[in-house]
Amino acid sequence: MKKTTLLAAALLASTALSTQAETLRWARAGDSLTLDPHAQNEGPTHTIAHQIYEPLIIRDATGTPEPALATDWAPKADDPNVWVFNLREGVTFHDGAAFDSSDVVFSFQRAQTEDSDMKELLNSIVEVRATGPYQVEFVTDGPNPILPNNLTNLFIMDEDWTKANNAEKVQDFEGGEDTFSAKNANGTGAYMVETREPDVKTVLKQFPDYWGKGQFPLEVTEIIYTPIQNASTRVAALLSGEVDLIQDVPVQDLGRVAGTDGLEVRTAPQNRVIFLGLNMGAADIERDDVEGANPLADARVRQAMNMAINRDAIKQVVMRGQSQPAGMIAPPFVNGWTAEKDAVPATDIAKAKELMAEAGYGDGFSLQLDCPNDRYINDEGICQAVVGMFAQIGITVNLDAKPKAQHFPLIANGTTDFYMLGWGVPTYDSEYIFNFLVHSRGDDRGSWNATGYANPELDAKIQSLASETDLTVRDATISDIWDVVQAETLYLPIHHQVLNWGAKANVKVNPDPEDQPKIKYVTIE
Amino acid sequence: MLAYIIRRVLQSVLVLLVVGLVAFSMFRFVGDPIDNMLGQERTQADIERLRDVLGLDDPFPVQYWKFMSQAAEGNFGISYRQGRPVSDILLERAPATLELAAVSGLFAITFGIGFGVLTAIRRGGLLSSTVMTLSLVGVSLPTFLIGILLIYLFSVELGWLPSFGRGDTVMIGGWSTGFLTTSGLKALILPSITLGLYQMTLIMRLVRSEMLEVLRQDYIRFARARGLRERSVNFRHALKNTLVPVITVTGLQLGSIIAFAIITETVFQWPGVGLLFINAIQFVDIPVMAAYLMLISVMFVGINLIVDLLYVAIDPRLRSDSSKRGH
Repeated sequence: MKKTTLLAAALLASTALSTQAETLRWARAGDSLTLDPHAQNEGPTHTIAHQIYEPLIIRDATGTPEPALATDWAPKADDPNVWVFNLREGVTFHDGAAFDSSDVVFSFQRAQTEDSDMKELLNSIVEVRATGPYQVEFVTDGPNPILPNNLTNLFIMDEDWTKANNAEKVQDFEGGEDTFSAKNANGTGAYMVETREPDVKTVLKQFPDYWGKGQFPLEVTEIIYTPIQNASTRVAALLSGEVDLIQDVPVQDLGRVAGTDGLEVRTAPQNRVIFLGLNMGAADIERDDVEGANPLADARVRQAMNMAINRDAIKQVVMRGQSQPAGMIAPPFVNGWTAEKDAVPATDIAKAKELMAEAGYGDGFSLQLDCPNDRYINDEGICQAVVGMFAQIGITVNLDAKPKAQHFPLIANGTTDFYMLGWGVPTYDSEYIFNFLVHSRGDDRGSWNATGYANPELDAKIQSLASETDLTVRDATISDIWDVVQAETLYLPIHHQVLNWGAKANVKVNPDPEDQPKIKYVTIE
Repeated sequence: MLAYIIRRVLQSVLVLLVVGLVAFSMFRFVGDPIDNMLGQERTQADIERLRDVLGLDDPFPVQYWKFMSQAAEGNFGISYRQGRPVSDILLERAPATLELAAVSGLFAITFGIGFGVLTAIRRGGLLSSTVMTLSLVGVSLPTFLIGILLIYLFSVELGWLPSFGRGDTVMIGGWSTGFLTTSGLKALILPSITLGLYQMTLIMRLVRSEMLEVLRQDYIRFARARGLRERSVNFRHALKNTLVPVITVTGLQLGSIIAFAIITETVFQWPGVGLLFINAIQFVDIPVMAAYLMLISVMFVGINLIVDLLYVAIDPRLRSDSSKRGH
């Protein structure tokens, strides 16, 4: 909390003495909500946690899984319900305690408790048991071929430290108490917490005993992370040289940043696809002008709407070139994505009008589109653009744009007929998309599917993915399911979001698909 | 006198209760915090459990009653966003806002009175016309635009001052202050000007018109006739008599400086209660929103109460009954 000029002077002196010392001043819109690694399943929180804590498996800057605290993993030879993970030896926590299998068992048990935000990703795990000081077994409720994909944001805490500080409970809104682990951290990661003021500043220092020394660049010795909410201020801070790296550069400022000497914009596709959902399941929908029928239930209407969207125009005008038009609702990193399926549907107004006429809506109809205005890049602008495009085929769209806190409950409660949604896939596998967006709405699956689409045959196929151990068969099923989703025009894909990070030219950092810079990989020239 | 005070205090408490009730009746329209609190993998069961824990399905008068009865014991609950006690967060954030408000207030009063006197004395002069025109610009531009313009000029182009944050702070007791470090002082300049500019122009125009009024009075003419020096006439006789309404207005404006700090704090990423409130709205952090609104209304009600009481103290006609008893 306290940082005096004396300390600053000492830092300056150490910078002068050692050519190795490099401070990275880094800003993005939001701060980590808590240092507790299991309390929030949310981007900025995981991003900071990734510097301090480590999962068993980490995704590198390209999204490829890489061993972190585990060295190798495989299903058990004689039991398909068990995964065996061998753990890294010689790893220490920031407080000097040694890492072993008991910490893994403890962390998973903690992450599976009621108050944990990470528990849904682990719901197939029945038991985690230590079979040696550096080996653990995960017992699942059936064969789970993609379990490792779910573990890349699941951070390992030290059992003794957590227990000694009474932080076994993840978060307690009833008790009214601070959870120790929300303000303090003790991980195995490359950086340890020096000071932290929530929403103001977090200073991280390189951990001298990090196991990965020599394996990773580790050129940044100190990280100063400051959230800057206002986009103009954030860009100004980069332009004036007060920060070295910013995330979320607004598309209208890209030219300004790229045109400044010594600054660069680094662009890469994000693991997030933006699309529109249609309530096709209801017999009649409320926010339209068609009485006693649901025009969206007719596949021809949905196809016509899909053809009416000019994705290139959205890219050029709304996104200023910063998007990748999409034909399917899977980001390109995901297992099951193919270039053919993602081919952008051609814009064909004449054909769309024909389909509308065939469906009996030649004179069009009107409909309400619900859209967030503070969640995705230019979300409201995209919605405004599609309103004009649908007008061309006779559909009058009334746009209702509102903050995310009001928009997402509409999808959760199913009280919307036509809505925008963006989807990221942390497991990098299509099953995750199907479970939440395609499976009919039920207790365990379909919680984000507000389309009202219910296809028992398809549901059975989706469920079979969870335990299909033959990966060839599994991939074939995934492909089949996508064919149905595409044929039914379940969703109207818009584009894959593109990430823009602005950085000093000498700071070599590439946007990773999850928008999570992992500073241990960063090099400085 | 005592009866008057008691009556006023009771009225103030009533105002606070009504503010709380109105605030709670509106939180439902801000949105639903659940989606922000749970990850995208949440199930219906998770949603229902958390709604139940937080009492979000209770009718709003029940939620209001729970909040008020806990608040009366000094417990404002746990922030949904940060998972920490709201009272801790508010105490942590208050110094930033109060320091910013104090510096802006000082800036507004000093320059407001200075320019006000100047433009009144040198009426029609080139300098005062320029100041008057600029003040018109200052009063008509929205705060966020002024902030962005200042950042662009002094941070990006000239590189003199920081564009965001508070700089380095020093903890004294539980109070984090930016007054004791160079970077802390430099960080105060742009946000203070942004926040205080409107009040400055207001005070300036008020002082100017009052001065012009007073300068026409007979006693000023007599002072001049007596051959007093111009400076003595302007400052000892004229300015003194303009200050009474200025002090009243300034006192009332102090509350708005703190309340309007929201925009300035957002533009400059100033870690005060205003920024906290904006974040709370986006997240639908009901305990923080409620505590902030109550705090601001306590402040406004308190300032108004003090002003009213001062009025009684200053105006002898309002305390005729007590003076009768006293003498």
